Amino acid sequence: MASIRDQFEIPGKMKTWSLALIGIGGAALLYGMFTKGFSADEHEQTHFWGTLMYNTIFWTLICNASMFFICITTLAMGGWQQSFRRIPEAISTMVPIFGAITFAVLMYVVLGHKHHIYHWLDTEAVAKDPILKGKAGFLNPTFFVIWTTLTIGLWSVLGWRMRQISREADASTFDNESGARYILRGTIRAALFTVWFALTVGSTVPWLWMMSIDAHWYSTMYSWYTFASSFVSGMSLIALWVIYLKNKGYLELTTQEHLHDIGKFMFAFSVFWTYLWFSQYMLIWYANMPEETVYFKHRVQGPYKGIFFLNLIINFICPLLILMKRSAKRNYTLVTFMAVLIIFGHWIDFYQMVMGSLSKEHVTLGWLDFGILAFFVGCMIFFVSRSLAAKPLIPKYHPFLKESIIHQV
Amino acid sequence: MAKKKFVVGCFDEEAVLFPAVKKVRTAGYKIHDVYTPFAVHGLDHALGLRETSLHTAGFIYGITGTSTALGSISWILVKDWPLNFGGKPNFSLPAWIPITFELTVLFAAVGMVLTFCYLCQLAPFVKKHHFHPRATDDLFVMVIECTEKTNVDDLQAFLSSAGAIETDVQVAEEGWWLGTYDKEETTFENSNPVVA
Repeated sequence: MASIRDQFEIPGKMKTWSLALIGIGGAALLYGMFTKGFSADEHEQTHFWGTLMYNTIFWTLICNASMFFICITTLAMGGWQQSFRRIPEAISTMVPIFGAITFAVLMYVVLGHKHHIYHWLDTEAVAKDPILKGKAGFLNPTFFVIWTTLTIGLWSVLGWRMRQISREADASTFDNESGARYILRGTIRAALFTVWFALTVGSTVPWLWMMSIDAHWYSTMYSWYTFASSFVSGMSLIALWVIYLKNKGYLELTTQEHLHDIGKFMFAFSVFWTYLWFSQYMLIWYANMPEETVYFKHRVQGPYKGIFFLNLIINFICPLLILMKRSAKRNYTLVTFMAVLIIFGHWIDFYQMVMGSLSKEHVTLGWLDFGILAFFVGCMIFFVSRSLAAKPLIPKYHPFLKESIIHQV
Repeated sequence: MAKKKFVVGCFDEEAVLFPAVKKVRTAGYKIHDVYTPFAVHGLDHALGLRETSLHTAGFIYGITGTSTALGSISWILVKDWPLNFGGKPNFSLPAWIPITFELTVLFAAVGMVLTFCYLCQLAPFVKKHHFHPRATDDLFVMVIECTEKTNVDDLQAFLSSAGAIETDVQVAEEGWWLGTYDKEETTFENSNPVVA
């Protein structure tokens, strides 16, 4: 182990670039906040807070997908991820940070009574509306605040406990007995996170945070759709960091074989996302009931038509055809290209999920979206590189590490 | 089908097999095949086998399934026998996607199984020579094809030195044949199988 470079040092260039992105993005964010967010015009307000909302939810969810990846591979007794597991762990340290931003934005919207974003906040309208009255047990500020606090808090705490147990593998070797106990403890913590993940991302939270913008409309597919979207971009983010560190000469134990498996996740979950996209679309198209088709009306036939179908091309056709071949999943350049494309595609997907409902008449995509995106990308690079540098890149005494070293696809 | 002479070396450990494969290949012998009781990771690589084209075949079968489904449904429902289903247009793509998907999977799956059987020369009533019965149980059986220049005794000694626990020489049918195992009995007469 002595020859392994397992201590990441942040290159100066990376720091400069991430700070530059934060600077540019932060300037756009602040400018947008004062000209739009706090303006007297409801449309401008909705535009700004909606844009901030989908960005912060998107980045929180894809960073949280990293912790989900760690937990499911742990639950499946996986060994192959050990050689690069510190990367998803480092990405998951973003959950409290982005989670705090998400929390602040959502609280501002709900407690600030922005009923142009969440129609169900308008108590007068709810009182006259039998559908919204029926949903009031779920869609009300008290439940929203409690559930959002619990969600972000428990993601952070359970994820932190999962990272703590990973740190124990740096300290000392395990014998058979203590190794088995170590694996069992990891399994229990992973199971706790996974259960909470299923109760939040897997069901309630996308309904609460994003689907309730169309307060009358509902789709039971929506949460899984959001989960698939965030998980496939989360895997792409892991792939990008793995490739970056490989190119810098770190992660000697991680090979094309590991990249191949990450590529398989990107490929498989792109197809899974399409499956949910189509299931949601086809059932509504087939039944053709006005209260359901209202969601797709301005997306398929209105101003969002281009984005809606571009979304399908980027997130389904491209991964399907480009990542299908074995050699493509083992090619660093192609996987990098596809990872960037997939993250961008799902960012656009989140854009149309939120802004498609808030601004039905015209597409708002512009400097504000890309500015805020730059802010989040900059934050992600800055903080993830810091957490990577904070601990060894390889859990060197982990009982399953050897399985990862000899991993072969 | 032509009969050929083979030298057979049996190994009982993966860790011995891999260096042995390497040694035999660098010595210039032609490995006919290695029979193993389970799929051994990386052995195809060590043997220098080319990547299989089975998946390319699978892709082509899948595309065939897709176009069969889309072609036939659109011809039937648009041209040959248009029906009105709930006021939907005759060309209603979303409704056809499930069938298209199923036919793509069906064509790809069935096509790949048949292609796999063809590539492995597996079919009902087709017989192939077994070099060692324990290859299906607990032995790794390396089979080397002899040319007229091969010194059989040297090769056997070489295999033993590389870690083979037993070696023998067999004259056997290289490919497959139809019928009974009669042919195999004659091949055993010609050789001296070492009984383990």
